[in-house]
Amino acid sequence: MGIGTSVLLKMNAEKVLEAMGIDAEVIAADITKAKRDGEGADIILTTPELVVLLEDLPGKIVPIEHVFDLTEIRQKLTAALL
Amino acid sequence: MGSVLDQALGEGSIRLKQNCLNWKESFQVAGSALVESKRTTEDYIQEMIQAFEELGPYMVIAPGIALAHGRPSDSVLETGLSLVTLSNPIEFGHSSNDPVSLVIGLAAVDHDSHVDLMSALAELLMSEDKVTLLLNATNESEVRSYLS
Repeated sequence: MGIGTSVLLKMNAEKVLEAMGIDAEVIAADITKAKRDGEGADIILTTPELVVLLEDLPGKIVPIEHVFDLTEIRQKLTAALL
Repeated sequence: MGSVLDQALGEGSIRLKQNCLNWKESFQVAGSALVESKRTTEDYIQEMIQAFEELGPYMVIAPGIALAHGRPSDSVLETGLSLVTLSNPIEFGHSSNDPVSLVIGLAAVDHDSHVDLMSALAELLMSEDKVTLLLNATNESEVRSYLS
């Protein structure tokens, strides 16, 4: 979709990355855009239901259960960046 | 001039203590509230329902909260929100965020211009106290008082 969940997830991911001191570019995308333009992404944040649609992308897929849970986002991003 | 959220919720966009039997009925209420507040045409209701049917319950973005939306399309007249509280929580089929008591309808004219609105919405919905107040609200002016 790219106008709701992904925007919220992008905003919260940016907050977390800034707090972690990591310089990253975060782009909000719907499934179509993610499939088309997502080839270059190192990490793909999404929700668990949508993982199956993004599995062909080369980046590491990180499913986030609660897009408002900054602790979850931080923990999962930390693990993915190691 | 009200807050970003207050402006996004047009006249007729707030429906409280609704009796809905399933997710589809709650989407219909959230969608008709967007239509009544002149943010979308009737077609957008079906577009929201179709999006959920295609992509599943990922729209349940937090415990008890669903963000009902479609894609930016010709059915969207103006970016806006609707707010629906449910008298009986509904199972949407989400693995960890069910049942849903609050449905926020969202219509956006494009992908980028509503970032301030989403930021304000996130701030509101991340506050458990405010969500509880919204769920218990019995009239529109009460809801609007929590939006600033």
